[in-house]
Amino acid sequence: MALLSNGKTASGYTVEPRMHARKLLPMLDELLAEAGLLPTQIDGVAFARGPGAFTGVRIATAAAQAIALAADIPVMPVSTLAAIAARAMREGGHEKVAVAIDARMNEVYWGAYQQSAEGIQLLGEERVCPAEQVATLDSSWVAAGTGWATYGEQLQAVSGAQLVELTDPFPHALDVLAIGTLMYANGNGVSAEHAAPVYLRNNVAKTEAERGVARAR
Amino acid sequence: MKVLGIETSCDETGLALYDTEQGLLAHVLHSQVATHESYGGVVPEIASRDHIRKWVGLTRECAARADMKIKHIDAVAYTAGPGLAGALFSGAVAGRTLAWTLGIPAIGVHHMEAHLLAPMLEPESPDFPFICLLVSGGHTQLVRVDGLGQYLLLGDTLDDAAGEAFDKTAKMLGLGYPGGPRLAKAAESGDAQKFVFARPMTNRPGLDFSFSGLKTAAITAFNSAHRDSAVINDIAAGFQASVVETLCIKCRRALQQENLRNLVVAGGVASNTRLRAALQQTVDDVDGELFCPRLEFCTDNGAMIALAGALRLQAGESSNTEIVIRPRWPLSEMQPPQRASGASGMR
Repeated sequence: MALLSNGKTASGYTVEPRMHARKLLPMLDELLAEAGLLPTQIDGVAFARGPGAFTGVRIATAAAQAIALAADIPVMPVSTLAAIAARAMREGGHEKVAVAIDARMNEVYWGAYQQSAEGIQLLGEERVCPAEQVATLDSSWVAAGTGWATYGEQLQAVSGAQLVELTDPFPHALDVLAIGTLMYANGNGVSAEHAAPVYLRNNVAKTEAERGVARAR
Repeated sequence: MKVLGIETSCDETGLALYDTEQGLLAHVLHSQVATHESYGGVVPEIASRDHIRKWVGLTRECAARADMKIKHIDAVAYTAGPGLAGALFSGAVAGRTLAWTLGIPAIGVHHMEAHLLAPMLEPESPDFPFICLLVSGGHTQLVRVDGLGQYLLLGDTLDDAAGEAFDKTAKMLGLGYPGGPRLAKAAESGDAQKFVFARPMTNRPGLDFSFSGLKTAAITAFNSAHRDSAVINDIAAGFQASVVETLCIKCRRALQQENLRNLVVAGGVASNTRLRAALQQTVDDVDGELFCPRLEFCTDNGAMIALAGALRLQAGESSNTEIVIRPRWPLSEMQPPQRASGASGMR
């Protein structure tokens, strides 16, 4: 969680698997109390819209939608891959970051982000694919994200990006906030009903036809 | 008190606004049946995705129908369980966060308690105590209801729920999804006397159910018969007749055992017209009264969640800001309303 208020940024961060829903509102309460704000005084809400663990992405989405609906404010959906890249840029001073999140099932969520005058910029498109099918880059790129711990060799062989010491492979709300603030300033917020998760992996079940189930009629 | 109800426990996204003074103000429902049809059943991940996509628009639509603004909602009730975890999270996080933002109380509702109370959405509603037959895709229970949160489980299914048996049998008969309504439709064209199946567990005392054997009997009949649509209709009719009569026998037994007159039937299977008619006959025979919600409030909906939440909120209960869902949540664990301590219920 992170809050920008009167030019000052405050944040809370905890890594506790499966505790998102319990922690969400108490952490927001703390942040707002420190800033002396009520939820209805928030001007915009940015959230990590994925890709990532489906349920986690939905918890963030539902919360952002609800705040936006209740406070009648815009939502800024921020790519998790962009947030991880921005963190590596912020903490490591890098300019080109190749982000890979372990997507299980022998695949990664992939996105290559570089700094530009207009902020952080995506090269090509975000995708979910086997490590062998990521984009070809060069050694001016550095690696970030959990995917590199699992598929480091393959990712490096294909992308050419460099493995560097990074403190943390997870996204931080400060970077979601920074990207979201820029989107807000540029009028790129959306209404609550248009704040949608981006899963990248969209084929999550097989239809009966795909499974070859016969129907009598 | 105007309460927003949010139902997302399975494959229906239901929103409603209920006023403790004026009753139901508006309700809207998005059914995902068409989405899941090609998969032959509910895919939890797809259901969760659909809830997230739909709930905001439905909430706005519901408020518009009630001619009120979101900021004038006094409290939020959301389904906290039982149900599919991912689906529950969608509505619980949405509902609890909406209330938090507005600075109003919220409550996590037990989905089956809401079904059980759904007849109270109607002008003619039963007084406590009564017997409730909860009959859906996940439940077949007979409950003695003495008040809000005072539930005594009298009987339960030992294997498949009645709705589950409908769905599985329909699937094996090749009737597709959703199985319950399709099997019921096929049964209307069939002859229930052609295939007469046993009425499971009615020849011994007790109020428990078992539908797994009946399902197998129907499939065995299907496999050894000439498979044309007339036979399928006849098997469907025989199967449905067995389920309906079995449920009626046990309901009558429960009323007599507890010496009560009022019977409530709720849950998705309560929308089965044959069952409703047969239960009416059953209560008439014992000089009792049957209460069942209108069809749209038998299946999952937001109105019953708003109502159940409103009753508990009125009694001073609320859920704090640590959002908790309970995918498995026995009705027997419910308690009468507990007054929230301090202001933790607000924010």
